[in-house]
Amino acid sequence: MQPVLLAFRLPAAQWLGRKTALIITALAAMATFSGANAATILNVSYDPTRELYKEYNQLFAQHWQQTNGENITIRTSHGGSGKQARSVIDGLQADVVTLALAGDIDAINSRQTLIAPDWQSKFADNSTPYTSTIVFLVRKGNPKNIRDWDDLVREGVEVITPNPKTSGGARWNFLAAWAFAKAKYGSDDKALAFVSEIYRHVPVLDTGARGATTSFVQRGLGDVLLAWENEAYLALAEQGGGEFEIVTPSLSILAEPPVAVVDAVVDKKGTREQAQAYLQYLYSDEAQHVIAKHFYRPRNAAILAQYPDRFPALTLVTIDEAFGGWASAQKTYFDDGGVFDQIFARINE
Amino acid sequence: MTAVPRIIPGFKLSLGYTISFLSLIVLIPLFALFVFSMQISWSEFVQLITGKQLLLSLWLSLRTAFTAALFNTLLGGVLAWTLVRYRFFGRKLMDTFIDMPFALPTAVAGIALTAIYAQNGIIGQFFAFKIAYTPIGITLALLFVTLPFVVRTLQPVLQDLPKDVEEAATILGASRMQIFIRIILPAILPAWIIGFTLAFARAIGEYGSVVFIAGNIPFKTEILPLLIVAKLDQYNYVAAAMIGVIMLLISFTLLFIINIIQHRLARFGS
Repeated sequence: MQPVLLAFRLPAAQWLGRKTALIITALAAMATFSGANAATILNVSYDPTRELYKEYNQLFAQHWQQTNGENITIRTSHGGSGKQARSVIDGLQADVVTLALAGDIDAINSRQTLIAPDWQSKFADNSTPYTSTIVFLVRKGNPKNIRDWDDLVREGVEVITPNPKTSGGARWNFLAAWAFAKAKYGSDDKALAFVSEIYRHVPVLDTGARGATTSFVQRGLGDVLLAWENEAYLALAEQGGGEFEIVTPSLSILAEPPVAVVDAVVDKKGTREQAQAYLQYLYSDEAQHVIAKHFYRPRNAAILAQYPDRFPALTLVTIDEAFGGWASAQKTYFDDGGVFDQIFARINE
Repeated sequence: MTAVPRIIPGFKLSLGYTISFLSLIVLIPLFALFVFSMQISWSEFVQLITGKQLLLSLWLSLRTAFTAALFNTLLGGVLAWTLVRYRFFGRKLMDTFIDMPFALPTAVAGIALTAIYAQNGIIGQFFAFKIAYTPIGITLALLFVTLPFVVRTLQPVLQDLPKDVEEAATILGASRMQIFIRIILPAILPAWIIGFTLAFARAIGEYGSVVFIAGNIPFKTEILPLLIVAKLDQYNYVAAAMIGVIMLLISFTLLFIINIIQHRLARFGS
C-alpha cells in the first residue's frame, strides 16, 4: 500500500475505533443504568385519552420518583378500543390496558387468559377511575332546537353516530338512546321502535367515533352528533367553540371506561408493582383534577362537584342496572342477528 | 424425451427461487387463511353466506368494482394514447401524476375525495344528486385507486406499435376506424384486458379509501371488506377469515375466466 494512503487512513481508523469504543461504553452504561434504576411500562389505551395520559404520565412519573426514588418511563399506545384489544390478544406486551369498555378487556382473554377474570373488582368503582356520558353536539345557536333524545326523531333532524358493529363508542350511543326510551315509554318494544326511528334519521354510519366527528364537523353532515362528553369538549376546543355547542340530555348512560393490569405481562416483565401503582394513582386527588381538566368526569364526587359548569347533573343509568352488564348487552344488541341487525333489516325491507 | 439443452442457464435456481418466494409471500399466508376459516361450523357457514346483508354487500362490491374497472379501461385507454402519441407541454409531469394513486395512502385519498364530493364540497355542491355516501362515491374512490393499472399496462404496448404499418394502411386507403379496429386494437387488446383485470381485482378488495366515502349504511352502501372488519370487531376471527376466503374464491374465479378470455383473444389476434 502506498504510504500516503496509509497515512491518510490510519488516523481515520483510529478515530473511528475510539468513537466506537465510546459508543459501546455509553450504551453499556445506559443499559446498566436502565436495568438498575428505571422501569418501562406500556399503557395500551384508546383514542380520546391521548391528551389525558400525556399529562397523567408525567404526574405519575414524578410521584413515583418522589415516593420510590425510581425513574419510570411510561409509553402509551392509542387506537380504536377494539383494535387495541386485538393487538394485546395478538401479543402486544401491554402492562396495563385502559380501554373504552369492559367488553374489550374481557375479550383480551378470548384466546388465553392474560388478565385475572375478576379484574373489574381489583380497583375501586368497577375499576373505572373516570367516567363520561353521551351528550349531543349541535350547531351554534341550536337551530333545530334539540333538547333531549325525543327531539332526535323529529321530522327533518339528521343524527350522526358511528356504526355499533365497528365502534365501541357507538354502542354506548345506542344503549343511551335505548335507556332513555325505556325509562320514558316503559317497554322494550317501545324502546326498539324509538331506537329504530333514530337510525332512520342517520345518513352515514362511520366506522369509528373520530370518523363520525369528522363527518359532523368537517363535512357539515347532520344536525346533531352523538358523542362522549369528553370528545364533544375536545371537538369544541379544537374549533375554538365558535361553531358548536353541547346539549346535555335529561337522561343518559354512565360510560365507564375501565382499567386493568395485564397479569401475564407484568409477571413476565416483573413490573407488577409499577403497573398496580400506575392505575391506583388515577384515584388520587391530583390525578382526579387532571382527569377533570381533560373533560372526563372524576369518580371522586367531591372533586366532580367542583366543576358544575363543565359536568351538568343528569340522570345516569349504568350498564349493569339497565342491561345486566356488557357481556349480556353485547350479545342481545350487537352480535350478529342481534337487535341492531334486526333494526337495519327492518329499515331496509 | 431427451433433455433439451437450455439456452439460458440457471433454470433450476430461478425456479427454486420463484417457488420459495411465492410460497413465503403469497401461498403460505393464503393457505393459513384457508385452513383457519375451516374452523367454522356448517350451520354458521350456511347462516353466513345466506345472510341478506352479506349478499347485498358482495353485490355492491362486485358492481362498483366492475363499473370502476370498466370506466378506467376507457379513460385509461385515452390517457395512455394521449401520453404515447402526442407531444405537448407538461407531458412528463402528467405521466408522473398517473402513479400518484399508488403512492398515496388510500385513506388519504378517501378523505380527500369525500371532502370534495360531499354535498358541501367544492365539486359536490354543483351536483343535484349525492355523490359521497352513495355507490357513485364508492365507484369514484375505486376509479382513483385503480387509475394507474390500465394506463401502465397499455403504455409500453402502444409505444412499440410500429408506425409504418399504420402508414402503409393509410396509403392503401384504410379509414381511421379500420386502422383502429384492424391494426391497433388486436395489438393492444390483451394488454388492455390485463389492465382491466388488475383494476377489477384491486377494486374488489379495496377498503381504506372506500370506508370514508361509502357512508357504510347496512344493506345500502356497505362493502364486503367492511363486513370483515365488523366481524373482527366482534372478535369473530373465523367468520372474518371465511368472508375473506369467499372473496378470494370469487375473485379467483372471475380472474380465471378473464384470463381464459384473454388467451383466446390473444390467439385470435395473432
